[in-house]
Amino acid sequence: MQDVWKTYPNGVMAVNGISIYIKKGEFVYVVGPSGAGKSTFIKMMYREEKPTRGEISIDGKSLSSTKEKHIPFLRRKIGVVFQDFKLLPSLSVFENVAFAMEVIEESKANIRKRVMNVLDIVRLKNKARFLPHELSGGEQQRVAIARAIVNNPAVLIADEPTGNLDPETSWEIMHILEEINDRGTTIVMATHNRDIVDSMRKRLIAIEGGRISRDEIRGTYSYES
Amino acid sequence: MKARTMGRHMKEGSKNIVRNGWMTFASVSAVTVTLLVVGAFLLLIMNLNHFANSLEDDVEIRVFVDLTASEEEQDDLRNDLQDLPDIQSVDYIPKDEGLEAFIDSLGEQGDYFESLRDENPLNDTFVVRADDPQETELIAVEIEELDHVEGVEYGRDIFDQLFSATDFVRIVGIVLIAGLLFTAIFLIANTIKLTIHARRTEIQIMKLVGATNSFIRWPFFIEGLLLGTFGAIIPVSVLAYGYHRFYETIGENTGLDFFEFLPTYPLIIQTAILLLGIGAIVGVWGSVMSVRKFLKV
Repeated sequence: MQDVWKTYPNGVMAVNGISIYIKKGEFVYVVGPSGAGKSTFIKMMYREEKPTRGEISIDGKSLSSTKEKHIPFLRRKIGVVFQDFKLLPSLSVFENVAFAMEVIEESKANIRKRVMNVLDIVRLKNKARFLPHELSGGEQQRVAIARAIVNNPAVLIADEPTGNLDPETSWEIMHILEEINDRGTTIVMATHNRDIVDSMRKRLIAIEGGRISRDEIRGTYSYES
Repeated sequence: MKARTMGRHMKEGSKNIVRNGWMTFASVSAVTVTLLVVGAFLLLIMNLNHFANSLEDDVEIRVFVDLTASEEEQDDLRNDLQDLPDIQSVDYIPKDEGLEAFIDSLGEQGDYFESLRDENPLNDTFVVRADDPQETELIAVEIEELDHVEGVEYGRDIFDQLFSATDFVRIVGIVLIAGLLFTAIFLIANTIKLTIHARRTEIQIMKLVGATNSFIRWPFFIEGLLLGTFGAIIPVSVLAYGYHRFYETIGENTGLDFFEFLPTYPLIIQTAILLLGIGAIVGVWGSVMSVRKFLKV
């Protein structure tokens, strides 16, 4: 990410010149108070928002110079997990995860194998037939994670994945994320959760006022507030 | 695209129709009502057009041959007439035949003119029809310039009125149909937009996991196609049956020999194909138009 700026049409300058480099296989927290530009920063990574200036590259491919037509193929290298899970309520756990593979036209046999595989990683194999509303919040988030990693993305972006969960469940999610990270997937996670950041030490990028205020290898959450 | 993917799109498209039962009902009704009106207008306008055409076909130019013209000169004139551009037919009515027809047309009173048979005051006449009736006036002027022509007659007044009337009917019809179609597209686009609204998370997720735009669009395309076609089926059947009954009872014997309705076949087949086509296009257009907005994630 090189000198990235983002100004919204309404004049809000959300991100003012951020440059970072995240190595392959890294686990990075992005912290910062609400309205600091954290969400914009995350959204630009999976290109829901385009930077007004600057350059974002993922896996050597520049996001801004990629033609609109090729964006879908670029997205397949990125998995995204949201605070509100974004599962399809009418589909079962299995179908929700399989959905991500169906839309990129994988074969049926491949889908079956791979989906059961990732459900095993998030430890939901026995609930494959359940509908999202029959699951707890933590379980739903695990389904969302399974869906995000089912296509073997190079990067997993998590936007406050524990935001809606109680501390215990949050830890569950964190262990799964760490496991995924151990398998070689780069993880970028935006969070407000001080406990997690402080006890599971990782690289920490703090954003304040649209700029990076700290970038520490094993940082702690604390900033004056 | 893989065949299996196409299968999925078909399945998704039809599933959405069932899943959004009420919305489907609303869209289909919108198409049905609109196409019913469009179809009825279409039938009316096609009949009016047919009427106008048959009136136009009656427009002819009578060319009176100079009384002094010899037979050879008459032949020359005939050739000249036939050589004119944009001429559909040239018929010859010798003066005897002309008088005969004149006397017949008067019925009883024609008897007074029987005496004329010995000394026929009429001219030999050529009846000329133009390819395009609207050209009649120009051609008549041209004919007047030819040799051995005593005079030309083509009913200028009726002619002008007729053309302005038929043109008016056509224009009004086209404007009305265009307006109705526009309404139908708008209605479908709107109803589908509502169903899409309910599915925006689905579309968003599809985009985020890397589905291409066309992949997302296909089920909607099929859904629109089905909605439009379903919506066309009812008006087509109603109009077909209705027109058939109408033609059977009054269409065939209007009591006016200068005005006849178009027969049920092939008119109704043409209308059916047209309405189904319009339904399909309107449906597809509406759905693709409304999904476009949601693809920008």
